[in-house]
Amino acid sequence: MSVLIIVEHDNQSLKSATLHAVTAARECGGNITLLVCGWQCEPVAQAAAKVAGVARVLVADAPCFADGLAENVAAQVVTLAGAFSHVMATATATGKNVLPRVAALLDVAQVSEITRVVDAHTFERPIYAGNVIATVRSSDPIKVISVRATAFEAAPLEGGRALIETIAAVEDTGLSRLISRQTIASDRPELASARIVVSGGRGLGSGAHYAALLEPLADKLNAALGASRAAVDAGYVPNDYQIGQTGKVVAPELYIAVGISGAIQHLAGMKDSKVIVAINKDADAPIFSVADYGLVGDLFEVLPELVAQLG
Amino acid sequence: MKILVAVKRVVDFNVKVRVKSDGSGVDIGAVKMSMNPFDEIAVEAAVRLKEAGVATEVVAVSCGPAACQETLRTAMAIGADRGILVECAQELQPLAVAKLLQAVFMREQPRLVVVGKQAIDDDSNQTGQMLAALAGMPQATFASQLQVAGDEVIATREVDGGQETIALKLPAVITTDLRLNEPRYVTLPNIMKAKKKPLEVLTPQALEIDVAVGLTTLKVAEPPARSAGVRLVDVAALVAKLKNEANVI
Ligand SMILES: Cc1cc2nc3c(=O)[nH]c(=O)nc-3n(C[C@H](O)[C@H](O)[C@H](O)COP(=O)(O)OP(=O)(O)OC[C@H]3O[C@@H](n4cnc5c(N)ncnc54)[C@H](O)[C@@H]3O)c2cc1C
Repeated sequence: MSVLIIVEHDNQSLKSATLHAVTAARECGGNITLLVCGWQCEPVAQAAAKVAGVARVLVADAPCFADGLAENVAAQVVTLAGAFSHVMATATATGKNVLPRVAALLDVAQVSEITRVVDAHTFERPIYAGNVIATVRSSDPIKVISVRATAFEAAPLEGGRALIETIAAVEDTGLSRLISRQTIASDRPELASARIVVSGGRGLGSGAHYAALLEPLADKLNAALGASRAAVDAGYVPNDYQIGQTGKVVAPELYIAVGISGAIQHLAGMKDSKVIVAINKDADAPIFSVADYGLVGDLFEVLPELVAQLG
Repeated sequence: MKILVAVKRVVDFNVKVRVKSDGSGVDIGAVKMSMNPFDEIAVEAAVRLKEAGVATEVVAVSCGPAACQETLRTAMAIGADRGILVECAQELQPLAVAKLLQAVFMREQPRLVVVGKQAIDDDSNQTGQMLAALAGMPQATFASQLQVAGDEVIATREVDGGQETIALKLPAVITTDLRLNEPRYVTLPNIMKAKKKPLEVLTPQALEIDVAVGLTTLKVAEPPARSAGVRLVDVAALVAKLKNEANVI
């Protein structure tokens, strides 16, 4: 077995998302090669070479990779893929964008968001918003796989001493270009990797209430902030906060759901959390069916009290 | 310009599916089926471009069993001008669908293809990207804003940590995020009108596409259930549990 992993980065630093794919790749067995497609991305290559378990780092450094556009990155991956039994990435927005393009160019199926490696050809993955786990086997010569981050530990950032090899970059496809990028600045822990997540739903009633009630709790617990779709749709918080089938999947040690009913699509994104707390005034809300600790009550009274008692 | 939209018939999003007792598949015999919610957004986006005078024709296409005709009629009730069903009784995986869509793309020569970002049954999030790859087109996945400007389409994409705006050369593929729009309700008069719109039925054979699958599902199972939790009487009890029993704070 030999696995090629597409590295996620911003030309300066390696995104920790990639480390989960490294662990999944180790479970498939064989050699691991990381591919960095970037522009002036030397620091990323250096970081990639130190990741434990990695044998080789390939670097394609060219202006056409500056913005991570799928057309160019996929074209580069396809020139290399023939030498590998597996091509992998983590199922982030970036991985989901590029990987199916690679699979189609190779004329193979893609296995999306695996949660377990049974063997090098057989994988488990959730379907129907996580209500069903399918075991699938790929008969394709190259297996193209995206990895659900929460299902695999992150590989250690240190301990590896991989060889770095510069490779020729493909030509710019010229099909697309970046116009602008807006990032949401935050000092809080990253949602996908936070140890504690405090999440709010429609029950909060407004963005002002969301901020006034949930932020102090998140501050106390050094938690990341999340939300249901209803809270995002109503404009309480940005889209990037959404947890669920069509938002982010998280599995923190502690997930506190406040004013969230617990729709199938929301549970899909958080029901693998270690401990779930639900605060809701409706004793019949479905969220209580997955909560380890439930408190039936008005969040406007419960939350200030909770913050106070956390001292 | 012509817009092609792909629509899938899936188990309705409100249904909690059950696994068959022998683990061979998901029991969808008697459950409510609907158009995949992301595809409704795709149809709505295309119809709005037509209403804005940007598009001249909206063609909806679906791949699957004969019952997908209903899904196409829904698309036409939202405002698509005609439908194409690629009828196929076999299970279709995203790569096969992408190949069928590409064959339809070659026949129809649209300038824009709009598809949902994922289907809520297989949760693959692949088809749009695969179609773009097969046809050599650029892609804007997870689009929350869309605008056609000259020979480009400008799309804002929902990405981890924020948004990005990209420009694609036409023809191009867009996959829709929930944020793109709010699909309209279909009205009875529009449902009646949709019944009269043209619906062409093709087959993979006629399109000369091999729909053989690369993935075999060995079994399906329900995920392990969480053990029952406890209800607490007050905040003090909750804090005590989190500190002393769960040891998480
Ligand atoms: C295709 C599709 C994809 C979707 N993807 C997602 C997704 O990724 N993530 C997601 O979250 N949803 C998703 N949804 C939406 C999902 O179906 C639900 O509509 C949504 O999760 C509901 O959000 P909510 O729980 O905040 O709101 P509601 O269901 O309205 O629940 C609000 C809760 O707040 C409680 N409440 C109100 N006031 C108070 C108070 N004062 N004190 C205490 N409790 C109070 C109520 O009792 C209620 O339980 C998707 C839907 C579709 C169709």
